[in-house]
Amino acid sequence: MAQASYPEDLLYHSEHDWARIEDDGAHAVLGITWYAQDSLGEVVFFDPPEVGLTVKKDEPYTEVESVKAVSDVIAPLSGEVVEVNSALGENPAMINEDPYGEGWLVKISLADPAEREQLLDAAAYRASLSG
Amino acid sequence: MSASLRRTPLYDRHLEAGAKIVDFAGWEMPVQYSGVREEHLAVRSSCGIFDVSHMGEIETSGPGAADLLQRLLSNDVTKLAIGGAQYSVLCRQDGGVLDDLFTYRLGADRFLTVTNASNHERDLAWFREHAAGHTGVTVADAIDSWAMLAVQGPIAREIAQAIADGPLPERMTCASGRLAGAEVLVCGTGYTGEEGVELLCPPEDAPSLWDALVARGAHPAGLGARDTLRMEVCFHLYGNDLMVDRGPIEAGLGWCCREDTGFIGSDAVAAVRASGPAERLVAFEIDGPGIARQGNPVAGGGEVTSGTLSPCLGAGIGMAYVPAEQAAPGTRLDIDVRGKMRPAVVKQKPLYRKGS
Repeated sequence: MAQASYPEDLLYHSEHDWARIEDDGAHAVLGITWYAQDSLGEVVFFDPPEVGLTVKKDEPYTEVESVKAVSDVIAPLSGEVVEVNSALGENPAMINEDPYGEGWLVKISLADPAEREQLLDAAAYRASLSG
Repeated sequence: MSASLRRTPLYDRHLEAGAKIVDFAGWEMPVQYSGVREEHLAVRSSCGIFDVSHMGEIETSGPGAADLLQRLLSNDVTKLAIGGAQYSVLCRQDGGVLDDLFTYRLGADRFLTVTNASNHERDLAWFREHAAGHTGVTVADAIDSWAMLAVQGPIAREIAQAIADGPLPERMTCASGRLAGAEVLVCGTGYTGEEGVELLCPPEDAPSLWDALVARGAHPAGLGARDTLRMEVCFHLYGNDLMVDRGPIEAGLGWCCREDTGFIGSDAVAAVRASGPAERLVAFEIDGPGIARQGNPVAGGGEVTSGTLSPCLGAGIGMAYVPAEQAAPGTRLDIDVRGKMRPAVVKQKPLYRKGS
């Protein structure tokens, strides 16, 4: 997508990652923000992590690659990977085209649902970008 | 960005064209406009235009100019005709590479050498230091006298020809001409493996020259595409594939070294050529997914010095120094890409050929 966008229903991490808490409150889908994909440029490679991987809030859990560079992806929340977006193996550009939809990276089961309190809402994340 | 960064005369054009600007060797340069892949493919299929005004120029002139350059440059400068272009490396006494350079002979006693931005000051100091022992030669820093545009692609010459007052010089030659009203040194050289020209012009004329070329269909292309294009055709990038602690023979640049000219470093280069280098720079392609990057170790010794995803080949490609016995095309390598071993195959250079 060409225009900056930060949906209201997501939670954001200052390292340019988003989390969508599932209705059950126990799982979250993770991805990178519009800002992150725009800074990176065209994503040409995503090698998803293994299902079962333990991810820790604020620490890198996978990488996305543009033509020019490799970027670490930081986990906005802690948990265990229960599903990965394997379609990105064939079509990593979805991370650019639809970062909050088809470009999702992984789904995790949350280790500590209270961690979400530390994340930013869309307005706060947007403000952090302009600062 | 820091105020100490330099801007080329085309900086405003880049912003207008939607460029992402990065710090490159002390310059604010466009890394991409619409996207690296799209710009890359534009150069392969039609025509791209690059601002390479960050590159430096050294003018060496006077009756002793040819003698000085023969001592400094690895190639045989006596073979460089007026209106010719020649590639060479600049070596230290121990054969380590200080820079790789194109030199254009503008007259019997006048040469223009194009330096890499990151090496310009060091090259200039090296030229001046050695000029001190030569008579009748003047070394001048010409970096502020020239802007430089590279127009590259299958229709690049056609586009440049349309705004030129006379025929363009052929490959590996150079000539002065008027393009879009500007006095331009037109050079039949490039860094993409495509047809095209490199244009050196006074900085104040660069914007109108840029506009004239873009108006005729040259697609602005940034340093990102410049890098992926040169990797597909295995051109060296100083600081990646060339460095002071490796020599030209290891780098596969023996073809531009004429040790019988006695250039600085020629004894060391001759010794490596005679005994065979311990390692060689090879081109490789990753077999399967993954993209190797500069600094990734090669199992069994060696390291990747350049790597990317090739837009034309659709695979991870790059160059690596490997032990000489692993350098033959077809040799299988395992590259440690941040902890994952990625199988790769040594390939014939260039990795990309027209029509492949």
